[in-house]
Amino acid sequence: MSELVLDLEFIVGHYNYWMFVILMMTGLYVTVSRGNLVKKIVGLNIFQTSVFMLYISMGKIIGGTAPILIDDPDAVYSNPLPHVLILTAIVVGIATTALGLALVVRIRETYGTIEEDELLVLEHEMEFAEAVQGGGSR
Amino acid sequence: MLAMIEANLPALQVVLPLIAAPLCAMLGTGRRAWAFATLVSFVAFAIAISLFIATMGGTIISYEMGGWAPPIGIEYRVDTLNAFVLVIVSGMAALVLPYARRIVDYEIPAERQVLFYTAFLLCLTGLLGVTITGDAFNVFVFLEISSLSTYALIASGAWRNKRALTASYNYLIMGTIGATFFVIGIGMLYMITGTLNMADLGEKIAAHGDSRTLRTGFVFILIGIGLKLAMFPLHLWLPNAYTFAPSAVTAFVAATATKVAVYVLLRFMFTIFGFDYAFQAATLENVVLPLAIVAMFAASLVAIFQDDLKRMLAYSSIAQIGYILLGLAFLTHTGLTASIVHLFNHAVTKGALFMVAGCFIYATGSSSITSLRGIGRDMPWTTAAFVISGFSLIGLPLTVGFISKWYLVQAAIELGWWPVALLIMGSSLLAIVYIWRVVEQAYLQPAPEGAVRREAPLSMLVPTWILVGLSVWFGVSATMTVGAASRAATSLISSSQIMWQ
Amino acid sequence: MTDTTALLLALGLPAAATFLIAALGSRPNLRDGVSVTTSVATFAVVLYLLNGFLDGARPSVTLFEVLPGLVLNFAIEPLGMLFATVASGLWIVTAVYSIGYMRGAGEKKQTRFYICFAIAISAALGIAFSGNLFTLFIFYEVLTISTYPLVAHKETPEARRGARIYLGILMTTSILFLLVAVIWTWNIAGTMDFRAGGILEGRIDPVYVPLLLALFAFGIGKAALMPFHRWLPAAMVAPTPVSALLHAVAVVKAGVFTMLKVGTYIFGVGFLSRTGASEWLVWLAAASILIASIIALTKDDLKERLAYSTVSQLSYITLGMALANQMGVVGGAMHIVMHAMGKITLFMCAGAIYVAAHKTKVSELDGLGRKMPFTFIAFTLASLSIIGLPPFGGAWSKWYLMLSAAEAKHLVVIGVLMVSSLLNVAYLLPVAARAFFVPPRGGMAHSLGAAAAPQGGLAEAPAFCVIPICVTAIGCIILFFSVGGLYEFLLHIPILPESTQ
Repeated sequence: MSELVLDLEFIVGHYNYWMFVILMMTGLYVTVSRGNLVKKIVGLNIFQTSVFMLYISMGKIIGGTAPILIDDPDAVYSNPLPHVLILTAIVVGIATTALGLALVVRIRETYGTIEEDELLVLEHEMEFAEAVQGGGSR
Repeated sequence: MLAMIEANLPALQVVLPLIAAPLCAMLGTGRRAWAFATLVSFVAFAIAISLFIATMGGTIISYEMGGWAPPIGIEYRVDTLNAFVLVIVSGMAALVLPYARRIVDYEIPAERQVLFYTAFLLCLTGLLGVTITGDAFNVFVFLEISSLSTYALIASGAWRNKRALTASYNYLIMGTIGATFFVIGIGMLYMITGTLNMADLGEKIAAHGDSRTLRTGFVFILIGIGLKLAMFPLHLWLPNAYTFAPSAVTAFVAATATKVAVYVLLRFMFTIFGFDYAFQAATLENVVLPLAIVAMFAASLVAIFQDDLKRMLAYSSIAQIGYILLGLAFLTHTGLTASIVHLFNHAVTKGALFMVAGCFIYATGSSSITSLRGIGRDMPWTTAAFVISGFSLIGLPLTVGFISKWYLVQAAIELGWWPVALLIMGSSLLAIVYIWRVVEQAYLQPAPEGAVRREAPLSMLVPTWILVGLSVWFGVSATMTVGAASRAATSLISSSQIMWQ
Repeated sequence: MTDTTALLLALGLPAAATFLIAALGSRPNLRDGVSVTTSVATFAVVLYLLNGFLDGARPSVTLFEVLPGLVLNFAIEPLGMLFATVASGLWIVTAVYSIGYMRGAGEKKQTRFYICFAIAISAALGIAFSGNLFTLFIFYEVLTISTYPLVAHKETPEARRGARIYLGILMTTSILFLLVAVIWTWNIAGTMDFRAGGILEGRIDPVYVPLLLALFAFGIGKAALMPFHRWLPAAMVAPTPVSALLHAVAVVKAGVFTMLKVGTYIFGVGFLSRTGASEWLVWLAAASILIASIIALTKDDLKERLAYSTVSQLSYITLGMALANQMGVVGGAMHIVMHAMGKITLFMCAGAIYVAAHKTKVSELDGLGRKMPFTFIAFTLASLSIIGLPPFGGAWSKWYLMLSAAEAKHLVVIGVLMVSSLLNVAYLLPVAARAFFVPPRGGMAHSLGAAAAPQGGLAEAPAFCVIPICVTAIGCIILFFSVGGLYEFLLHIPILPESTQ
C-alpha cells in the first residue's frame, strides 16, 4: 500500500541527490544545446559540479563531525575519502576548463568567431575549397 | 639496487614518464626534448617487457603505492592482461617517437616542439597509468591525464590545418562528458561497496548482488568508456580528431588510446561486474553486439567514400573497434581471446597505416587520396608498407588481421551464430574496397605531371616497417600473442566466475 | 637432393626468380632469359618429384606453425602432382610465348609483369603441394593478389574495371564463403589435413553437409561455377599470356583442383555419394556447362568467347567431383590436363592473331587463315580437342566423365555432355572456318596492313609466339595416345579411407 503513495520523506530526504540530478541534466543540456563555445564549457562545468555534489553527499553522514581526531572514541564522522576524491576531480575539472578555454581563444584567433554554426559554415567552405583544389590538380 | 628497481617496476612504469614530462619541458630545444622523450619511451618499454615476462606464468604482481595496503591504499596490479596492454602502449611509444622527429619538424614549428614532446610523455603516462592501476578512481585520473594531453596534442595539428582546433575542442567536450559519466558510475559503485579497489569491488559487488544502483552504475560506466573508445554511435569525435592531429600523434593515439579504453572496459566488465552478471550479459548481447555489427558495416561504408587517407583510416578504426566489442559481446573464452588479440593486432596494423599516411604527408604535403596517384613508383617502400598493412586490415592470411578474424569467426561458429560469422566476413570485404581504392591510385594511375616526391626518410621508414614486420611475424607465428591473449581471457573469466558462484 | 628439398625448391625457385627479375629490370634480354631458365628449372624439379613419386616417395614438409595445429604444410599426392606438372610444364611454353607477345605488342612495365607471373606460378605450385586446407587457402589468396596486377596490366580504365571485378569476385567468394567453410571444417574436424577418404565423416550432422559443400563450391570462386563466373570474362583485359597460362591453366585449374581436393580429401567421395550431398552440385554444374556454352556462342570477341568456353569446361571438372565416384574424380583430373593443353593453345592463338594482325573479334578473322596458317591449324586442332573428338586428348576425359555419370545413374548428365560437345562445335569451329574459307572482306580497301603485305604471303606472329603454339597443339594429339599412363597414374588417387584400403 505504502508503495503507491508518493513517498515525500524519501524525496525530501534525498534533496541533495535531486539537486545532483537537476544540475547534471542542466549542465548536459547546456553543453549540448548551446552554440557558443564558451557557454558549452560553462555547461560542462555545471555538469562536473553536479558530480562533486554526488560524491560529497554520499560521504556525508548526518550528525557526523569532520573526520579529525578528537578525544571521543565513539564520534561519528563523515567519510573523508569521497571528499578527497572530489578534490582530485576538481583539479581535473579546472584543467579541462583551462584547456577548453585556451582552445576557444585559439579558435577565436584563427576563425574569428566562437559560434558553432558559423564555424560549421567556415569549415564547410574550407572543405569545399580543398575539394575544388584537389579537383583542379586532377 | 637492482632488486630495488625490480621491486618498484610497476611504480616506475608510470612515475618515470610522469617525472620525465616536466624535465622534458625544461630542455629548451626540440631536438633535445625529442632525444630525451625517445630515451624515456625505450626505458618504459623495457619495463613493460620485464613486467610482461614476470606475469607470463600467471603470477599477479601487486604493488602498494606508498606502502598503503589495498583496499585502502592505491594498488598497482599487473596481470597477464594489463601487462600485455602495457607492452602495446609503451612499445608503440617507443616506435612512434623515433618516427616523430622528421614529421614533427615538418608539421610543428621548432619553438613548440618541446611542449609537444612534453604533452606526448604526459599522454604516455596517462595511458600507462590507466592500464596498470588497480584502483577505479585512479583509472579516472589517469584517463583524464591522457585525455587532456591528447586534446593538446591534437590541437597542435593546427599549424598544418586550423580545423585541428575545433576537432580538439569537440573531442574535449565529448571526452569530458564521457569521463564525467565514468566518474558518476564509479560513485555509484562506491555507494554500494565503500571501496575503490577493483578486486575488492568485484568481490563486494558479487556479495551484494544485483540492484538498481548497480545497474545505473554499470550503464554510466559503459557509456562513459564507450565515449572514450569511440563505440558506435559515440564515435563522432574520432574522425576529425584523427584526421587533423599531427601524423605522429594520430599513429600513437590510434594505436593506443582506444585500446586502453577497451582494456578499461574489459577490466570493469569482467573483474568488477563479473562474467556472470546477468544484466551485463543482456546488455552485451542486446545492445553492444548489434551496435558492434552496425559499426563494422556503417563505419566501413563511410570509409569507402572518404577522400582523405587519414579520415578513411579513422573510420576504419571505428569499424575495427566494432570487431573488438563483438568478440567481447560473445561472452565466451574464444570471443574474449579474439578481442584481446585484436587489441594488439589492430594496434600494430593501424599504427603502421597511420605512419604510412604520415610518410605520404611528409612527401606530398597532402593526405588526400587523389594526391597519391602513381606514388607506388616514387615511394615504393612506403606504398608497399601500406599494401601489406592493408592486407592485414582486410584479414588476409599470414598477417595479424587474419588471426583476429580466425578467432572471431571461430567464436561465432562455436555459439552457432551463423549470420554473425558471415557478417564478420562480409564487413572485411568492405575493407578490401577502401584499401583497394588507395592501391589502385598508387599503382595503376599515372603520376601527376611535374610532381616531385621522394621516398620518406629512413627514420620514418624503419619504425613503419618494424610495425609491418610485426604484423607479418605475428601473423605467421601467432602462438605467442594468441597464447598471451588466451591466458588473459582465462584469468578474466576464471576470477570472476568463482566470485559470482 | 632429397624429395623434401626438391619440394621446397619447386616452390622457392619461381619465388627466388622474382628478385633476379626485379634486379635485371633494365636489361630485358637477360631478364627474359632468367624467366625462361627458371621455368625450365622448375619443371625439371617437378619432374624429379614426379619420378620419385612414381617410385612411391611421399615427401611432406612442415614450414611453420601459425597457431597450435594450424601449420603450413606441404605434401605430395597424385592430384597435386598432376596439377604441378601441368602448371610448371605449361609455364615453359608460356614463358617463351610471353617474350614474343610482350615485345610484339609493345607492352609497358614488362618487369612487373614477369615478377607477378613468377609469383603466381609459385602460388599455383603452393596450391598443388599444399598438405592441408589452411596452406591451400593461403596460396589461393596469394594467387589472387599476384594475378591482380597482371589483369590490370594495361592500366586503362577498362583494365582497371576488369581487374576490380576480378579481384572483387575472387576475394568476396574466398573470404565470405571459403574462409568460413575452412574455419567451420576446422571447428568440426579439429584438423585440416587432406586425408584419404575425407575428414568429415562421422563428425558432422549430415543435414549440414550440403550447406558446407555449398560454402566450398561457391567459395572456390576460381572454379568459376555459375553464378560466380563473371570474373573470368572480366579478366580477359589482361595481356594474352596471362589469359593463356593463368586463366586457362594456373588460376582456373587451381580452382577446380581445389574443388577436387576438397571433394576427395575433405568430404571423401564415398561420404558425398552416401549422403547425396553433392546432388544439387551435379545439376548446377550441368546447367553451368550449358549456359556458359550458349553465352559463348553470342560473343564476338575471341578471348571472351574462349573465356566462356573455359567457364563451361571448368564445370566438367566440378561435375566430376559432384558425381562422387572414382571415375568422376579420374575424369575430372584428366580434364584438368586435357583442357589445359587445348585451351592454352587457343588463347595463345588469339594472342598471336592480336600481335600479328591486331584483330580481336571473330568477325574480323575472315581470310586470315591464309596469312597465318600455323596459328590457325593449331587453333583447329585445339578446338577439336576441346570438343572431344579423337584423336585428341579431350576425347578421353569426356569419356571417363560419361562413364562416371553412367555409374552414378545420371543419364541426363550424359545428355548434357553430348549437347555441350555440339555447342563446342558451334562456337569453336566457325572461328577456324571463317579464317580458312571465307575470303577477306572489303579486300585491300579494308586494311592498310593487308595492302602492305604481299598478297597471299605469310604474316605470322613472331617465332617466339608460333613455336609454343605448335608445341601445345601437338601436345593435344600426344595426350590422346599416352592416356594409358595418365589413367594408371590417376588411379593412385586414394578414394577410400586408408584403414579400409
